[in-house]
This record gives sequence, structure tokens and C-alpha cells, in this order.
Amino acid sequence: MNINLTIIGQIIAFAFFVVFCMKYVWPPITGALAERKKKIAEGLDAADRAQRDLELAQEKAMSDMRQSKEEAAAIIEQANKRASQIVDEAKEKAREEADRLVTAAQAEIEQEANRAKEALRAQVAALAVAGAEKILEASVDESAHAQLVEKLAAEL
Amino acid sequence: MASGELTSSAYISHHLTNLTFGNHPVNGWSFAHGGQEAAEMGFWAIHVDTMLWSVGLGLFFIWLFRKVAVTATSGVPGNLQNFVETIIEFVDDNVSSIFHHKNSLIAPLSLTIFVWVFLMNTMDLVPVDWLPYAFQQMGVEYMKVVPTTDINATLGMAFAIFGLIVYYSIKMKGLGGFLGELAFQPLGKWLLPFNLFLEIVGLLAKPVSLALRLFGNMYAGEMIFILIALLPFWAQWLLSVPWAIFHILVITLQAFIFMVLTIVYLAMAHEEH
Repeated sequence: MNINLTIIGQIIAFAFFVVFCMKYVWPPITGALAERKKKIAEGLDAADRAQRDLELAQEKAMSDMRQSKEEAAAIIEQANKRASQIVDEAKEKAREEADRLVTAAQAEIEQEANRAKEALRAQVAALAVAGAEKILEASVDESAHAQLVEKLAAEL
Repeated sequence: MASGELTSSAYISHHLTNLTFGNHPVNGWSFAHGGQEAAEMGFWAIHVDTMLWSVGLGLFFIWLFRKVAVTATSGVPGNLQNFVETIIEFVDDNVSSIFHHKNSLIAPLSLTIFVWVFLMNTMDLVPVDWLPYAFQQMGVEYMKVVPTTDINATLGMAFAIFGLIVYYSIKMKGLGGFLGELAFQPLGKWLLPFNLFLEIVGLLAKPVSLALRLFGNMYAGEMIFILIALLPFWAQWLLSVPWAIFHILVITLQAFIFMVLTIVYLAMAHEEH
């Protein structure tokens, strides 16, 4: 149990190990630990951010879908309106056309009737003259009675 | 090594004698043959076995930890890095819960103390006869393999820590502050001599108790292993196995206590009180 030089040797060895540990062992390892801590914190942060982004995206998708549904509904409604409008217009046009056709037909009929009347009138005049000639058997002065026959024809 | 020619006391004293190299008044610089010669060498002698094992274990410690430090990654750590990181975080937790100043020395110092003292204590678990017997076959007379059962080793560490205590006390509080603390506490300036006596005793008690606690525990543990080794060989394991298992606790605890007290003393050196 002697106290001797060993004590000095031990102090030197101790100092050497402590200094070596302080310079070359402690800083790199605690550095790696700190860096890993930072990495984990960043990872957790990123996960949080991703979660938030996902929620936002879902919300956006929902609102987009809602909006497009509304738009589609509006377009369909518009199309329906337009279709009925077109049908109405077509009906209107058809009616007008029909009216026009009817009018034209009526006018033609009237014209035709007038023409027939005119022809009839001319024939009646000739018939009347022929009949009178038959009745009288004698030659009647055409010119003297033309006025009378004309008057008769006009009454028809 | 309880062979027939050896008496029990000779066996014990053989196991408790360091391999000493020093300046003997008669033989000059030589290895001591027995405790008597070693004592005659006085201060100018060195325990070769203590130095060999402590430095060897210290080198093992810095080699192992340096290996991890070089390849340390902030990604997924390997098994060895995991193990080393566990120790470092354990030490770092202890330091940061006790020591609240900025100091880049305390944490590595604590790590070195904890691991180194633990490794030196662990030599106690090697069966007491193996290494001394092996060295005896190689012609080395004495071989005490547990450096912490040598008071020189524990005192050396304790004095180094004492030096740090004085250094940081003066650095943080100034020479006046440090001396003032010694002189004017705890009883005011009218009892200065009494204060001085009390405080100096208190200051010196720190390294001495640090050294003696570790030394005493390890010496006693080693002693019991040696005594168990005197039993008949078929009965030894009955006692040595339970004692070794219990000793695992002791060696860890002593390393931990040495580390924690170092941190506490250095924290006290940094604080006004």
C-alpha cells in the first residue's frame, strides 16, 4: 500500500484520456445525436405539413366538385330552357307558315272563283244572246240590245 | 493458486502485492521482490501492473469510442453506435441535471471517468488466479490486475479532479472569491481561523473521500474473491458466483458514484455558496 510515482502516472494517463475524449470522441457523437434529433423534428414537421396539405386538398376537391355540379346543373337548365325556346319558336314559325299558306290558298281560291265568274259571265252573255236569238228566231239587232244583255250579265 | 507450499497468508499477500519497479537503496533500479522491497523504494517506484492495465483499458475505451465517433451517423445507428450512444446519453443526462454552467470539459470528463473506472473495476470479475498465474508462467512475479484496488490509481484520479475543482473555483470566482469562501464561511469573519480550518478540511475531504471510497470498495471486493479462492476448488463457485453477480452491481455503482460526485464537486466549484 505504498504511495509512489504511480499516482503521477495515473494523473497523466487520466489527463490524456480526458483530453482525447473531449477532442475526438465527445463532439462527433453528440453532434450526430443532435443532428439526428433535428432530422426527426424536421420529419415530424413535414408529416404535419403533409397532413395539413392533404386536408386542404381534400377540401379543395370537395368544393371543386360542388362547384362543377352546380355549373353542370346550370348548364342543363339553360339547355332545357333553350330547347323549349327552340320548340316554341318552331311552333310559332309553323303556325305563321300555315297561316301564310292558308291565306295564299284562300287568295288563289278567290282569284280562281273570280276567274270562273268572269268566264261564266262571258258564257252567260253568249248563252243569253243565243237563247234570245232562238226565241225570237228573228235577227235581233245585236247592238240595240247589247246594253240590256250587259246589264243582265253584270247582275249575275 | 493455492498450491501446497504456499500458506494462506503468503497467498493473500502475493495477490495484494503490485509489480513494482523502482529505485531500491541497495539493488538500484529494479523490480521489487516482495512488499518489503517495494516499501523500501519509497516514492520513486511505479506499479507497472497498475499502469499497464489502467492505460490498456483506457486505450481500449478511447479506441472503441473513437471508432464509433469516426463513423457516427445521424441516420440509423448500428449496434455499436447504439450502445455507445446509450452510454453517452446516460452520462449527458446526469451532467445536464446536475451541472448548469457552460463547460465543454465536464461531459467528456464524466464519460471518461464512468467508462474507464467501470472497465478497471470489471477486471475484478476475472477469476483472481487466471491472470497472475499466466504472468507467473511468463516469469513475472506479481500481477495485480484491478487498477482500482491500487490506492495510487484512485488517488491519482481524485487529485486530478481536485486540481480541476481549485482551477474552476478560482476561474469562476476569482482568487479573492475562492479564498473568501474559505475564510468567511460558514460563521462570518470573526471566526476566521475556525472557518479556514473547517473549509480546508471540507475541501481536502472531497478528493480523499472520492479516492478512498472507490479504493475501499474494490479492495474489499477483491479481498473477498481472494478469500473465496482459498476454499477447496469444488466449493469455490458456491460463493464466488453469487459474489461476482453481486459485484456487477458494485462495480457499476462505484463507477457511477465516482462520476456523479465529480460532477457535483465541479458544479459546486462553479457556484457561489
